[in-house]
Amino acid sequence: MIEPGLQIVTADAADRVDITVNMGPQHPSTHGVFRMLLHVDGERITAVEPFIGYLHRGSEKLCEVETYRQIIPLFDRLDYLSAFNNELCFVLAVEKLLGLRVPERAAYTRIILCELNRIASHFMFFGAFGIDAGAMTPFMFGFRERERIQQVFESVSGARMMHNYFRPGGLNLDVPDDFVDNVRSLLPVLKRGLEDAHNLLTGNEIFLARTKGIGVISAQDAIDWSLSGPMLRASGVALDVRRDEPYSLYERFDFSIPVGDEGDCYDRYLVRMAEIEQSIRIVEQAIADFPGGPFLGAVPKLIRPPAGECYVRTENPRGELGVYLVSTGERRPYRVKVRGPSFVNLSAIQQLLVGSYLADAVLILGSIDIVLGEVDR
Amino acid sequence: MIEEAIRAAVGVFVVFNVVALSVLVLVLLERKFLGRLQQRFGPMRVGPHGILQTVADALKLLLKEDFTPATADRRLFQLAPFLVIVPIFLPFVTIPFAPGLVVRSLELGLLYIVAVPVVSALGFFLAGWASDNKYALLGAVRYAAVLVSYELPLLMGAIGVVMVTGTLDLVAIVEQQAAWPLLFAQLPAFLLFLVSGMAEGNRTPFDIAIAESEIVGGPFVEYSGMRWSLFFLAEYAGVFATAALTALLFLGGWNGPLLPPLVWFLVKTYAVIIVIFWLRGTMPRLRIDQLMNLAWKGFIPIAFLNLVVTGAAVLIGGPGPGSPLVILGGLATTAVSLAALSLALRPRRRSDVRIGFATRPGDDVADRPPAASHYSIP
Repeated sequence: MIEPGLQIVTADAADRVDITVNMGPQHPSTHGVFRMLLHVDGERITAVEPFIGYLHRGSEKLCEVETYRQIIPLFDRLDYLSAFNNELCFVLAVEKLLGLRVPERAAYTRIILCELNRIASHFMFFGAFGIDAGAMTPFMFGFRERERIQQVFESVSGARMMHNYFRPGGLNLDVPDDFVDNVRSLLPVLKRGLEDAHNLLTGNEIFLARTKGIGVISAQDAIDWSLSGPMLRASGVALDVRRDEPYSLYERFDFSIPVGDEGDCYDRYLVRMAEIEQSIRIVEQAIADFPGGPFLGAVPKLIRPPAGECYVRTENPRGELGVYLVSTGERRPYRVKVRGPSFVNLSAIQQLLVGSYLADAVLILGSIDIVLGEVDR
Repeated sequence: MIEEAIRAAVGVFVVFNVVALSVLVLVLLERKFLGRLQQRFGPMRVGPHGILQTVADALKLLLKEDFTPATADRRLFQLAPFLVIVPIFLPFVTIPFAPGLVVRSLELGLLYIVAVPVVSALGFFLAGWASDNKYALLGAVRYAAVLVSYELPLLMGAIGVVMVTGTLDLVAIVEQQAAWPLLFAQLPAFLLFLVSGMAEGNRTPFDIAIAESEIVGGPFVEYSGMRWSLFFLAEYAGVFATAALTALLFLGGWNGPLLPPLVWFLVKTYAVIIVIFWLRGTMPRLRIDQLMNLAWKGFIPIAFLNLVVTGAAVLIGGPGPGSPLVILGGLATTAVSLAALSLALRPRRRSDVRIGFATRPGDDVADRPPAASHYSIP
């Protein structure tokens, strides 16, 4: 007979030593200023408290006091590793409200740049993931390929990261004369780089031992958590906005969607590496029949969409980016809501981490591939 | 008597300084070598091709503030680096660099060399404990676990050498290898010794105790300036000691044609060091449970097997590094061990990993059996 209020201490509970370990915001492996409070029993994690907001800049609110063209740089700064993809989503939303048509040359340029940006982002993931696993060389390899892509970006937009290049109705400037040649000569380099990356890390026994079966999330759980992008596809759900709801002429291109089997860290890694190949395929096709013509459609000087609202979603390297745009017919939007893939993917962190080892926490967080600029906005 | 003492004191002074200076060279070598692996130059600024970089770094560390955290256990915190550095330097007293070039040749040299550095574990643990930092504590606990696990295969590798040569005196061991390096007779022991030495020296892929990406440097996370550089010195002196011992025990030490003995010894030592750096450039880090499994379920059984086979071979075919039966036994043990290890690792091979591709809409793969949604203990 147990008296009420009397706590039974089992031998198991008495053996436990529950200490908390703080990771972040200044930890080398939290990929920015993410912070986690990990409750550990020895090396095993028993509870996780995530904290976000260290990089909060009020981007969505800022959008309400800027004109439509002024908002584009703000979108660059959300997910700064895939700035073109962010710009594209917002620009598409404005075009949808305005009912604008985009010249083919502009659409093709956008696709090329977005896919190159996806490749750059995934190479960055490759490097960071290597560091998380304790290998230092992948970082240098990843950065080498990314650097070559950045050079193309720089020649196109003048900026390496904060491009501010897409405009409602087209582009800011026409691409430089050597753009097609540059991209064409870039592709074999990227293929070689991908081969190097695979040789360095993919088959490594230690890497396999560290990532296989770690951070598993089932297809149903992934759907329930509303995960998207490689996180979702690694669990075996073939969902890609580029294919399922094509935007910006993606329906013209032939590509397949890599899908994982088990939804563990290794599958997420493999899916991203396979996506690099597919992106190279898309860029190859786009550059093969790169059209001429104007780079900007007939766009009013003053962008003032008619009152209304729209939701546009695009496939970012990290997942599904959505923009919900409300216009009241003014020069500035009434409301811009961003559905960020990093933020939503990160929300599953508790389920992923609890029960794993402390060392795996770093890998699992790395496999989610968050960018804090977009988590905190 | 006094003469002897003076000779010893001068010898110790010279050897310690040589080791400390060669650490500067090692650090630069590692940075340059890793740089080349990663398609960059490494340090290039200080001096021609950056050769003075480590000197500048050492000076900077000397000038930095010696900081002790307010909540740290002050005395232990300040004592710990010395408890680490002294035991790591002590083996150099009896490591022969060339015939006659040794401070003090001991009859039980090998025993001394594998026994003394272990004391540094105390220093590591104290550093982690006294820092009053959770990362440091985790690192300290991890280091203790690694040391306990890997000391066994290391020692048992060394015992294999002793069984074949019949002596614990390093000079005698090297002299016996004039014709045949022990590498052939004791291949399993060589691998065990090198890998365990790397694990004890906290080198990637076994650097879980300092694991930069997880526990941010482990036991020395709170250290700065001179005290931190003592840990650093100890790490690289440890690498040098491991490599030198590997060269002495298995690669024939200073034996070799044409070149003077000292050069041969250094060439072999640096070759081993380069291998250690090379592994750092290519390998990810193991997790603590995997590291423990590797030691207790992999290395220690292999070490036992090696001892049994070597013992039998020596009994039947006679001792000596060139004894055919011993060499045959070593090769057989290596083959069996590697086969067993790769068999144990087989379910995780690359070819078992598949990735599907969906090309058409509606080509969903969601009807697969759902994977387990929670982490399962391996």
